[in-house]
Amino acid sequence: MVISNKPLNLFLAIVISILPLFGFSNVASDSVSHSSEKHAVEGAHKTDAHHAVGAVNEKDEVNAYIEHHLQDSYDFNFFSDGEAGKHYGFSLPVILWDNGLKVFSSSKFHNAEELANVDGSYYKLHHGKIYSSDATGKLELDAHNHPTNNKPLDFSITKNVVSMLFAAFLVFFMFTSLAKAYRKNNSMPKGFGRVLEPLIIFIRDEIAIPNIGEKKYRKFMGYLLTVFFFIWILNLLGMTPLGINVTGNIAVTICLALFTFIITQFSANKDYWKHIFWMPGVPVPMKIILMPIELLGTLTKPFALLIRLFANITAGHVVIMSLIAMIFVGKNLASDLPISIGLTLFISVIEILVAFLQAFIFTMLSSLFIGMAVQDHDHDDHH
Amino acid sequence: MDKLINDFSFGLFFWQAIILVVLIVLLVKFAWKPIMTTITEREEGIKDALLSAENARKEMLALKSDNQKLLDEARAERDAMIKDATAIKDKMIADAKEEAQVQGAKMIEQAKATIESEKNSAMAEIKNQVSSLSLEIAEKLLKQELSNKESQTALVEKMLGDVKLN
Repeated sequence: MVISNKPLNLFLAIVISILPLFGFSNVASDSVSHSSEKHAVEGAHKTDAHHAVGAVNEKDEVNAYIEHHLQDSYDFNFFSDGEAGKHYGFSLPVILWDNGLKVFSSSKFHNAEELANVDGSYYKLHHGKIYSSDATGKLELDAHNHPTNNKPLDFSITKNVVSMLFAAFLVFFMFTSLAKAYRKNNSMPKGFGRVLEPLIIFIRDEIAIPNIGEKKYRKFMGYLLTVFFFIWILNLLGMTPLGINVTGNIAVTICLALFTFIITQFSANKDYWKHIFWMPGVPVPMKIILMPIELLGTLTKPFALLIRLFANITAGHVVIMSLIAMIFVGKNLASDLPISIGLTLFISVIEILVAFLQAFIFTMLSSLFIGMAVQDHDHDDHH
Repeated sequence: MDKLINDFSFGLFFWQAIILVVLIVLLVKFAWKPIMTTITEREEGIKDALLSAENARKEMLALKSDNQKLLDEARAERDAMIKDATAIKDKMIADAKEEAQVQGAKMIEQAKATIESEKNSAMAEIKNQVSSLSLEIAEKLLKQELSNKESQTALVEKMLGDVKLN
């Protein structure tokens, strides 16, 4: 009796635990159609639409929303209620140089709905950019639909600047605390530092030393480590629902690549310049032909850096947002929801990998370019 | 491309450059330098420790073999010493025996010589005594005999007889 009792209990438990699933699946069509309305409303809650006020349900609206997400913005929006026109977040300071410094809160734009009147000058927010305008707020558009109005010099603390400051603070806090832990704890890392130290050693042993060389790597470690962790943190912040897209912004990647370019050119030795302007070991006509090619090469290297990071991160954001948008655009929620969530999950995992990978590749290529510039060339086997 | 250029925001670029420069400077000063120094020092320390451990092991081995050598040497020395001592002992005993024999022989010799000389002197003494005694006796006899004529003649006769016999 005892022996047969246990399987019976188990069987009963399984049946009871499975029961609600069957019950749910029986009324699936009912429940889905019932909740589809609710989901749509939630979707509208989640989205923010500055210039496309209203729900983000149609294909065009989704496209506009994604495009807007990829751009920088003058206020930090967590989410907004498109249908009610409500936005939840905080405004950031706008700093303009237009015949004198003009500082005002971005709340004056009222999410691109109104003109900002500052000391008698009118500014209009159009597709994420500030234009000088007149009291009527008229923008003259050219053939490509770009306004021809005057753009004031814009030093605003935008959402991306705030995100960068946050990331910079985070990186600074993490590594100063590691340095402090070393001082306090007899040169041994403690707590989170145990995760950070292998990463630093990884950058040193796998990136800096193989590419730059044992003797010269030390000088560039500061830049490489800073850039790696800064990009990685920013990439990962982009994966959070805060809607930050810093490393997918062309200005940011241009700046990063420019730093690598400047460091490469200023640390380059005589050999490097000789290989660019007067390639040794080839006939004179070839030397002349090679000069502009090599010169162009110095520019294409950082260009590849900036485009790679920008394109990868932007693509990731676009793919994830498009997949999420499937829920709102699709007509059949029962089939769209699991596909969308499954794919989003899958791509998100890949994007977390890409976040690391892009930071790694940027650092790796930077150190490679620096290494090429500082290496002592061996003329016998290197051309 | 046109869109990319349009997207480029100088303000963002400006702030990014400032943030990056400041971040690099601060991190190099407060984080990377101390961290890298510590890591390098620790690695050097580990390397040194390993090396010194290896050296200590080698030294230990050398010491061990040295000790063994010393022990062996000491043992050999002890054996040699024991051997020497035995030899010396044997030699001493043999020497002593020989000496004793020689001395004994000498003493016996001396004793013999002394005995001989004593004997000789005693014999000489006795001879002297005997000669003097016989002279005395002879004197006394002569004196006695010469007082009587017959006896003197008898004696001379007798003596002459003796001499003949001799």
